[in-house]
Amino acid sequence: MPRVKVARKSTAIDMTAMCDVAFLLLTFFILTAKPKVEDPSKAEVPPSSKEVTIPDDNVLTISIGKGGKLFLGFSGNDVRQETLKTMGEKYSVSFTPEEINKFANTEIFGVPMNQMKQFLNTPSNELKNFEQKGIPADTTVNNELANWIITARKADRGLHGKDYSIAIKGDRLEEYPSVNTVISVLGQQKLFKFDLITTLRAAPKK
Amino acid sequence: MAELDTSGGGKHKGGKVRSKKASTRVDLTAMVDLAFLLITFFMFTTTLNKPKAMNLAMPDNSVKINQLPVAESRTMTILLGAHNKVEWYMGLPGKSAPTVDGYGPNGLRKALVENGNQVASTHAAPDNFMIVLIKPSDKSTYENLVATLDEMSITGVKSYAIVKILPIEVEALKSQGNY
Repeated sequence: MPRVKVARKSTAIDMTAMCDVAFLLLTFFILTAKPKVEDPSKAEVPPSSKEVTIPDDNVLTISIGKGGKLFLGFSGNDVRQETLKTMGEKYSVSFTPEEINKFANTEIFGVPMNQMKQFLNTPSNELKNFEQKGIPADTTVNNELANWIITARKADRGLHGKDYSIAIKGDRLEEYPSVNTVISVLGQQKLFKFDLITTLRAAPKK
Repeated sequence: MAELDTSGGGKHKGGKVRSKKASTRVDLTAMVDLAFLLITFFMFTTTLNKPKAMNLAMPDNSVKINQLPVAESRTMTILLGAHNKVEWYMGLPGKSAPTVDGYGPNGLRKALVENGNQVASTHAAPDNFMIVLIKPSDKSTYENLVATLDEMSITGVKSYAIVKILPIEVEALKSQGNY
């Protein structure tokens, strides 16, 4: 009687399809990933139970860092270019094309106008150690923060025909007066609706 | 399939010496491992980075409009003091001593729910909702303000506003040691 031979199967699996899928997903995640911007304000945002996410683009963010320092960030490289040019004219500071270019790639900044040139000429790798003093916002109507905001909004309106949605990112332990300054600056520009950036509370206690 | 037929077509019977062809099969295991590792990395970095936001609408104080009179028994005023303490009272300032409370489920939230129910039961509809005035003092933190606004949404308070604190209320906070 002939012995029944059990055919030995190879243990090697064809991984081509799996590899294809894996790389497809990888490409997707790489393309959707945004580089994390180093936040110079180092604001630690307070928790809340709200789950509304802020829009991804066309946002103007005012950050309140430690010690009430104010930082500003707004989206759109072209808007930033335009804004810096206008602000330079207003405060009679002239910027070179390189400086304007550098500013266009700066997501968030917090320097007064007289320090701006120095800030833009600092190489990127030394920027971490650059002490940003915060944008001045005194009680006058024409303070620097108000001018930045209005110029940026005008530029956004002119270039994209859109209106910025305003977000405030405050440090958890910052005292109320600095928050009030920002709110009143926005109020003077008839901006009464804005988002307060928070993190999701770990477990909402009911 | 990733393999190619490398056997060469046809049957050759001649004694032709052919060079041995290496298989074109590549071991993809390491590559797939790496790809999945990177996928995991990118997945975690993208999804955990979404900031949440809380909408806030301030009243437009540039236009003077006729304001509707509101019963004082319907208003609850919350004073945000120092050291993460709140004080609240119903009605007009100075009439009754404010209650000192903390943030959280047993403090402010409980007070909001109780006062809301009381206002609802003592007033006739449709004007039976509570109006809350939030008055942050200079010593309160941004976290306190956010926590209070969060309580408003949790307890479903329909109308609330952030108002400038009065000197008499600062005095009240001071006398209780919360300023």
